[in-house]
Amino acid sequence: MDYKIKIEAFKFFYGREQVINGIDLNIPKNGIFSLLGPAKSGITTMLRAVNRLSDIVPGARMEGSILLDGKNINDADVNVAELRRRVGIVFDVPAPLPMSVYENVAFGPKLLKKGKAEIRALVEESLQTAALWDDVKDRLNTPAQSLSGGQQQRLCIARVLALKPEVILLDRPCSGLDPISTAKIEESLIQLKELYTIVIAPHNVQQAVRISDRAAFMLSGDLIEEGANTEIFSNPVHKRTSDYITGRFG
Amino acid sequence: MGLNAKNKKARSKERAAKILIWSAAVSVMAVLFFIVVYILVKGLPVVSIGFLTEIPSNMGRSGGISSTIVGTVLITLVAVAIAAPFGIGTAFYLAEYTRESIVTRIIRFCAESLAGIPSIVYGLFGFIFFVIYLGFGYSVLSGGLTLAFMILPTIIRTSEEAIKTVPNIYREVSMSLGASKWQTIYKVVFPSALRGIANGIVLSIGRSIAETAAVIYTAGSVLRMPSSMFSSSRTMAVHFFILASEGISMENAFGTAALLVILIFFINVVVNMLVNRFIAKGR
Repeated sequence: MDYKIKIEAFKFFYGREQVINGIDLNIPKNGIFSLLGPAKSGITTMLRAVNRLSDIVPGARMEGSILLDGKNINDADVNVAELRRRVGIVFDVPAPLPMSVYENVAFGPKLLKKGKAEIRALVEESLQTAALWDDVKDRLNTPAQSLSGGQQQRLCIARVLALKPEVILLDRPCSGLDPISTAKIEESLIQLKELYTIVIAPHNVQQAVRISDRAAFMLSGDLIEEGANTEIFSNPVHKRTSDYITGRFG
Repeated sequence: MGLNAKNKKARSKERAAKILIWSAAVSVMAVLFFIVVYILVKGLPVVSIGFLTEIPSNMGRSGGISSTIVGTVLITLVAVAIAAPFGIGTAFYLAEYTRESIVTRIIRFCAESLAGIPSIVYGLFGFIFFVIYLGFGYSVLSGGLTLAFMILPTIIRTSEEAIKTVPNIYREVSMSLGASKWQTIYKVVFPSALRGIANGIVLSIGRSIAETAAVIYTAGSVLRMPSSMFSSSRTMAVHFFILASEGISMENAFGTAALLVILIFFINVVVNMLVNRFIAKGR
């Protein structure tokens, strides 16, 4: 299989507290990969480590390696800004920047000093792909905070798409959203997986079942089990996995 | 006690609290309103075009106060132009570039201590250091520099508070979109903190304009129109102080005071308008 991300013997510490205890995980190219588990499993930390957003937390430290297309992302010659453009992230709360809808999507491309026309085209294309264009095309200059929660989250997806990333990380992107907004975002993700490698922390097991091609179950910083959707949800090997997906804890 | 009685008791407590809080707010407003109205009523009759445009004559008994207005504006400009960049820079350093450590605590302690020093001490320091040691003499420059030191802690503290209220998620979003730390500060944190920073600067402008002790020993009290940074000049507050304390002209003192109040009000409005225009885009 063609792996986009290879995680090897990965451990993560906040100060003295170890939150990930050594994980090996391969994430294939193009598809939706779900990382599921209860709160405090280290999933958010894992996601943030992939685009090195974890760097900005004081006292954070990691061991092991994360390879993106075979290249260790923690190598000294890796440009972190470039890495973050290749590996976009969507957070668990809709987090539009305090700017207009247009400026939010244009934020990343503007940093690259692209031309005005090119940025305009990118903004439109990204909003189209995130299924938001029709909602906002007449109010691109209104504050992003005036959009509904679901629209804001799709704006955040569009903002990531505008950078033409290779990987999109989503950390419980639907946790505060209503079922209709959630369905819209899931629809977008299923379309996007043809072009992008998507790693998502789903906000519940049902969501993981609906959208993922492969899934991994994490618990208290350990990787318990990993496999294709059909295997892990219908025929889990470990008891703790089956307990979690049948809703006995979590 | 029955449920009803309890309810009644809670309700009367609620009402008492409301009245107490309401009257506190109203009495503060009333005092403020009284002071402003008193000054305006006593001062405005003196204010005329001539009062604004003429240089004081006969020690300020007659003529206008134009040179003191210019002196006030110049000295305040110097103070803010110097203190704002250093103060805002220090605030960003404390809030964004360092973790809490001995160094940040020392910087903060120094700033707090500076804030507590009486302004007359700044005046003495400015007199010894700028006027005599650096040889700037009694001048707009000496006065402005002294005031810059005086308002620096205010600017540092208010700016740091404003920067700290910017939600951390904005920084994470900005960096996750490929922005560097500096780009994040410049494009996201600074615009979000701008209103708070501007409030601190308005506060500092107010203090500079109203200051007498620190400027009387550094800018002097000459009534001529200042012609350069090295001219000695009298500020409006000093002019008011001298007119009133030496019994030269109570009418003109009140006229000056009325203009001071109006000037500070005017600056408040203008800065607010500027901030609104700057952050109007999409906020």
